[in-house]
Amino acid sequence: MTLPFLFEIGTEEIPDWMIPCALESLHLLFEKTGVPHETVKLDATPRRLVLRAEGLPERQPDTQERVTGPAKSAPAQAVAGFARKQGVRPEDLSVESTPKGEYYYFVKKVRGRETQEILAEALPGIILKIYFPKSMYWTGKGGPQFIRPIRWLVTLLGENVVPFELAGVRSGCLSSGHRRLGSPEIAVTIADYEQRLRDHFVILSAEERRTRIRAQFDGVRVKADPALLETLVYLTEYPTTITGEFDSQFLELPEEVLVTVMRHHQKYFSVEDASGKLAPRFVAVMNINADPQGYVRRGNERVLRARFNDARFFWETDQKKKLADRKPDLSHVTFQAKLGSYLEKTERMMTLAKELGGDAHAVRAAELSKCDLTTELVKEFTELQGVVGGLYARVQGEPDAVWQAVYDHYKPESMEDAIPRSHAGRIAALADKLDTLTGCFRVGLIPTGSRDPFALRRAAQGVVKIIAEGKLEVSLEKYLADTALREFLADRVRYYFKDICGFKYDEVNACMAAGWSSLVDLEARLARVQNLRASPDFEPLAASFKRIKNILEQAKFGVPSGSAGAIDTSLLEPGPEQDLYDEYRSIAGQPIENVISRLRPKVDLFFDKILVNAKDERVRQNRLTLLGTLLKEFSTIADFSEIVTSS
Amino acid sequence: MQSFQDNILKLKHYWSERGCIIQEPYDVEVGAGTMCPETFLRVLGTQPYRVAYVQPSRRPADGRYGDNPNRLYKHSQLQVILKPSPSDVIEQYLGSLEAIGIDLRQHDIKFEEDNWEAPTLGAWGVGWQVMLDGLEISQFTYFQQCGGIDLDLVPAELTYGLERLTAFLQVRDSVYDIEWAKGFSYRDVRYRDELQYSVYNFEMADIPTLWKLFELHEGEATRLLGLYDPKSAEKKRFPLLPTYDHVLKCSNLFNTLDSRGAISVTERVGVIQRVRKLAVGVAQAWLDQQQAASAAQGAQ
Repeated sequence: MTLPFLFEIGTEEIPDWMIPCALESLHLLFEKTGVPHETVKLDATPRRLVLRAEGLPERQPDTQERVTGPAKSAPAQAVAGFARKQGVRPEDLSVESTPKGEYYYFVKKVRGRETQEILAEALPGIILKIYFPKSMYWTGKGGPQFIRPIRWLVTLLGENVVPFELAGVRSGCLSSGHRRLGSPEIAVTIADYEQRLRDHFVILSAEERRTRIRAQFDGVRVKADPALLETLVYLTEYPTTITGEFDSQFLELPEEVLVTVMRHHQKYFSVEDASGKLAPRFVAVMNINADPQGYVRRGNERVLRARFNDARFFWETDQKKKLADRKPDLSHVTFQAKLGSYLEKTERMMTLAKELGGDAHAVRAAELSKCDLTTELVKEFTELQGVVGGLYARVQGEPDAVWQAVYDHYKPESMEDAIPRSHAGRIAALADKLDTLTGCFRVGLIPTGSRDPFALRRAAQGVVKIIAEGKLEVSLEKYLADTALREFLADRVRYYFKDICGFKYDEVNACMAAGWSSLVDLEARLARVQNLRASPDFEPLAASFKRIKNILEQAKFGVPSGSAGAIDTSLLEPGPEQDLYDEYRSIAGQPIENVISRLRPKVDLFFDKILVNAKDERVRQNRLTLLGTLLKEFSTIADFSEIVTSS
Repeated sequence: MQSFQDNILKLKHYWSERGCIIQEPYDVEVGAGTMCPETFLRVLGTQPYRVAYVQPSRRPADGRYGDNPNRLYKHSQLQVILKPSPSDVIEQYLGSLEAIGIDLRQHDIKFEEDNWEAPTLGAWGVGWQVMLDGLEISQFTYFQQCGGIDLDLVPAELTYGLERLTAFLQVRDSVYDIEWAKGFSYRDVRYRDELQYSVYNFEMADIPTLWKLFELHEGEATRLLGLYDPKSAEKKRFPLLPTYDHVLKCSNLFNTLDSRGAISVTERVGVIQRVRKLAVGVAQAWLDQQQAASAAQGAQ
């Protein structure tokens, strides 16, 4: 017979974003106990982490243990003692022959441990090992640590409680309902658990809460926002939506500002009208079942009105001083203690924008890009930096190319985010990120492990993405002089082309080894190598190139700087060597794609028949020169010796 | 309608019934109820304590000349410290909201993660902001460290924004329109403070004088801390409470200088460090003094 298992950790409200991860961690820890089971199901609300499993054995299978006793020749007393210890009579013992003589032994039956006992021992440790990014004490210094205080524990194996105590809480069969709509103590069984919670206004399944919220959007055009939906799913036990309204006068404010207030500050969904424009409505998600009196709706409407009033006040106040006139104020805003103020950064960005091939619009955008840091609106809504500057630049009559560039210059904020929409925006964004990177590396603010307070990884990733996707003819050469920064950027370049674009790692290594100061060129070469790889001649040729490289390295032979002219044709031996040389002469300068099938057999034959290490030193040198020349000719696209071949 | 003072009285009564000492506001200016000795020093050590008080909290930079409906130079916090925190602390907190007439079956309450940190006090904790129908009405914190010291007992700190809460209950869009007592609005009682302190803090405070005051208080606190001798038999007499007053003065002067725009971003970190050093110094000495006192009590 097998048993079902129910494990509920009842807590105070866990931060929503930590819950999915915690469940995964709980699952792994449970698997580690080694208790066999058929199925596992995990659920959570803000106040409970729940694991349910089915098909647990009542106890581990019985095992046998062979216990060896005294020799047969031992005194009867010793034999009796051994038997007594095993709880049997001496005549129940058996005798076996071993190379050392005859010995008494006994086969002991060991009863499998009760699953309940195993779990009672393991569960406290499991709870305390669940991973959370930040944990706390609540019983006092040195006590258990968890994300929030644990208030109840349900541990049912079949009909029985798995007994233990943690942080003064005894495990049992009492769960807890919704804080106000349910009862604080509800007795549950495994069979009725989910239904009992539902009766007490707790919807256990996140999927069901998600569906419930979505279903209530019915009739309202809610702007899709999966991340906000997830937040609300894990912020509620019984989600119910309400639709509120705001004065349409506020629609004069930029949509970005309104949406930010609703989304980030109030956790409301925005609503659009039939034409896709922002409507003066919002959808909030409550953690109760209904709002019959409209208290919750009116309360939320008032809060939003106050917030919008603030935003309008800031928007109007900020207009009193033009963005361009704020530039001198940036001298009071520190970018970084060792790197000076934002005014200094702005000046550097303007120079950089020119260097990077930016036009007058790009330079102007660089000049205005940080000015919004002194506005009230950005002080209040820091997540809108850049966007606010762009909006002010627009109303203050800057050309489209300029205001859009200011608006976009923090992009891309993640690998998924788009790059700035225009050339000027891309240049301004590059100038910003490259300035931050070179500056921070120069003064030693280099990210280590998980510490990256200046978000330099994101900046570097942005640089790569903007150049590659924007197809910018920008050379990184100048920034690669610093070895640490070079390595740091190389990592991001590798990551981008390998993990995002899907090139094989050896292709990326091979092409980068042939240079990567132009990422556009690098990508083009990567595409060529990827295509070449389909040719049956590719891998053997790559293997030959590796061999050539090894031979040259062993001979301490530098790749010749001159051209084929350095080869003394009079020393070439007729046959494979001469053939290879002739082949080289006829294909030099052509793309490798066109010649790979002709070249490969000649190379193979050369290695087959020719001894590079000839006795005559001049011949040897000449052969090395030939190979070196050949390698150099085809290494401009990639260092093929980096290709990992299957043979 | 329930007035501002009705709410205060009801909340005090509620917490008094749950074993709290009802204290009066501390008489040195502070930026938050947490800074009062009743919280900052009492949370240290192993002595259980429960206290509630309304603390006028001064935030010079938040002053708006009495023009902004939601922002105040000086607002009132109800501060509740339950040390150690009881296991039904959230239930008790929700009960206090019901005590002032909020039917929580008809309103939406959410606990949203909000960890608290006060760098000038070397203090931090984890907890939530409590949202009532989308409005943040309270801060709920389990203190973990204070004055850089790990706390023996974990206190729960509940802080209510009394103006907001009352505006919510009285359905007022501006705090100035809430009824303080019958016949008196918040404006009647507090508008002058808001206007005049905004003028002083933003326009007239003399920066060199404020710096001089800061240095005087810092100097006095440093001098006193230097005199505290953990080995002295007479150390229970040592005036750590007056020392702490000077630290509070520094903190308020720092805030005023900040609102005056007299502290650059780079300087900021340094000044915060100076205040923090004093606060941590007082906390450590206080703990030492208390441990000696309780040891002496135990011996008797």
